[in-house]
Amino acid sequence: MPSTERAVLETEDYINADYNIKSWLLTTDHKRIAVLYLISVTLFFLIGGLFAVLIRLELLTPQGDLMQSDTYNRVFTMHGVTMVFFFLIPSIPTVLGNFLVPMMVGARDLAFPKVNLASWYVFNLAGMFTLYAMFAGGVDTGWTFYTPYSTTYSNTHVVATGLGVFIAGFSSIMTGLNFIVTIHRMRAPGLTWFRLPLFLWAHYATSLVMILGTPVIAITTLLLAVERGFKIGIFDPNLGGDPVLFQHLFWFYSHPAVYIMVLPAMGVISELIAAFARKPVFGYKIVAASSMSIAILGFLVWGHHMFVSGQSVYAATVFSVLSMLVAVPSAVKVFNWTATLYKGSVSFETPMLYALGFIGLFTVGGLTGVMLATLGLDVHVHDTYFVVAHFHYIMVGGTIMAYLGGLHFWWPKMSGRLYPQFWSRLSALIIFVGFNLTFFPQFLLGYMGMPRRYHVYPEEFQVLHVLSSAGASILGVGYILPVFYLTWSMRYGPRASANPWGATGLEWQTSSPPPTHNFLETPVVTTDAYHYSEEVTVG
Amino acid sequence: MANPQPLLATHFDTLDQQRESASLGMWVFLITEVMFFGGLFTAYIVYRSRLHGLFDYGSHELNVTLGAINTIVLICSSFTMAIAVRASQLGDRRTLVRFLVLTMLLGLTFLGIKAVEYQEKFVHHLVPGPHFQWHGPQPRQIEMFFSLYFAMTGLHALHMIVGVGLILWLLPRSAKGFYGPDYHHPIECFGLYWHFVDIVWIFLFPLLYLLGRSHFVG
Repeated sequence: MPSTERAVLETEDYINADYNIKSWLLTTDHKRIAVLYLISVTLFFLIGGLFAVLIRLELLTPQGDLMQSDTYNRVFTMHGVTMVFFFLIPSIPTVLGNFLVPMMVGARDLAFPKVNLASWYVFNLAGMFTLYAMFAGGVDTGWTFYTPYSTTYSNTHVVATGLGVFIAGFSSIMTGLNFIVTIHRMRAPGLTWFRLPLFLWAHYATSLVMILGTPVIAITTLLLAVERGFKIGIFDPNLGGDPVLFQHLFWFYSHPAVYIMVLPAMGVISELIAAFARKPVFGYKIVAASSMSIAILGFLVWGHHMFVSGQSVYAATVFSVLSMLVAVPSAVKVFNWTATLYKGSVSFETPMLYALGFIGLFTVGGLTGVMLATLGLDVHVHDTYFVVAHFHYIMVGGTIMAYLGGLHFWWPKMSGRLYPQFWSRLSALIIFVGFNLTFFPQFLLGYMGMPRRYHVYPEEFQVLHVLSSAGASILGVGYILPVFYLTWSMRYGPRASANPWGATGLEWQTSSPPPTHNFLETPVVTTDAYHYSEEVTVG
Repeated sequence: MANPQPLLATHFDTLDQQRESASLGMWVFLITEVMFFGGLFTAYIVYRSRLHGLFDYGSHELNVTLGAINTIVLICSSFTMAIAVRASQLGDRRTLVRFLVLTMLLGLTFLGIKAVEYQEKFVHHLVPGPHFQWHGPQPRQIEMFFSLYFAMTGLHALHMIVGVGLILWLLPRSAKGFYGPDYHHPIECFGLYWHFVDIVWIFLFPLLYLLGRSHFVG
């Protein structure tokens, strides 16, 4: 236990250290860069969300009355590209990770602060390419850019979008590299590997996937752009290439990318569950190891996206079995979180509502994932709304729930302000209800045979589509609410104390918001993570 | 004159920690580079296993003499780079500058020879694209060999150009005596990069130039 809660009287913190715009745009402070990223990813989330609104509006009726097929193709592609590459992949690592990794290890900054700042600029540059493609007329290949359609037949802005994805990859690599070195080299005295908060284990595993997977998508999109630009054949069968090779290279990254999205979310949930159950996470070492094994197994399952792409039956069987293996460490996490709740002093603050929502939705998403890994069943529901519903349960129900839960948990630390409990609990509830109403009908649709990426459908599907669109509008309200009350809280919210939740972890031992160098003196760690067994002083 | 900036950045506790962080960061970066080239090597392996007989024809068109000279040039440059790194650790400013210059010249020699090779291919219409010509069977498959040849060696050459640029940045700093026993990790990290680029070539040369040549010699 920290015996003395330091009375921090110093008024200077990272936010009021300097007010001019240059001090933000040229900052190397990881906390400020996290805020810059928060602004960027929120913007991309809103753009991606607008495309989702268009999709759900179009699908209200069986006819194509709002847009034509060509437009619809562009709309769902831009929705996917924006959400995957510019929101889901960066969201938790670059906002919460950037803010918290150095604080949780007790360091003054990440190992390479300038690289960190560069990553934000690179990310925005990539965003510019994608926005350019959007305004110049969009791209219609689907977020997967499958060849030969993307290289030869599509006459939309494939090159600009591909370059956007290529460049965004470098910002991911820079973030991952920074986290790995920081966690290895900059831990405070006494902070051994098995005393690290599980948030850090999850981010370490995520960073490994980032540095091993992202370069492969980089070279793949580069080859795609070169093939399209100079008519050089690598993937196009007309030029002697092999389109299935593209799929292998693409999914070698893009399947692990799913774990880039969900692993940090799992790290967030471990923190939230421990803090609001007032107990150490059950089976700490197993949960830490499960993050690592998900990262490793994640690289061995890409073939399950290609069961109908002309892969050999032998390969498909192996990929099917390996894919099911991923369910083991994932289930370990779910069971251990649940076991943590057992006999805990559970309180239902806003972040905890998100965390409990995550566990439920992730379980549904994970179990349907096992169904999809089953070779025979996947051939039946391949490219249907069943798949769409499955990955939205993981990405929206999992990653975004955890992102919002984490944002609400650490918001007092980031902004130094408290937000209204009533509104935040209400929005968590609205999101949970809206989410299920949006995506559960899609499981039914998919199982009945509704293919993805079509905007004209038989009339018997309409009821479920209307339910889904209605849910999406509720979900939209749930997402807009936090934008308002969190912004409101920055000016009018009551000031937060250093540790408003009474949580353990080094980040709560410094003032809110923290000073520029995080800690007035380097903290020394003497206990394991989640040391909740004794009374924790609140305040 | 020593480095005008303080040697130790504010967020590190000791010079050792700073140096070890930089070194680990560089190794992690090189892992990403391995994966980056790995995608291309995978494409090469897939197509070679499928079209190996035809790849031999493509390989035969490459200038193995110039390729071999370039291999020697690069290995020498790795040697000079290693001496430069040692000089920076010892704080031997003069040797450091000399051998950095030598490394850069060898790098430029490599790029020059590469340019001659590319020019030969251009003249013989062996650059993939609309102007590609091949007066033999299955020109599309031969073109694939040249697509991979240009993609792989081109990406490698790009890394060489970046390397030469980095030496230009390190040279004035070395001349001013920034680097010595306490602070030399920029040179060390650059050395790692240079050796990595060299090693990539060590794989490219046999894969592209040598494999399958025996069909034509024997």
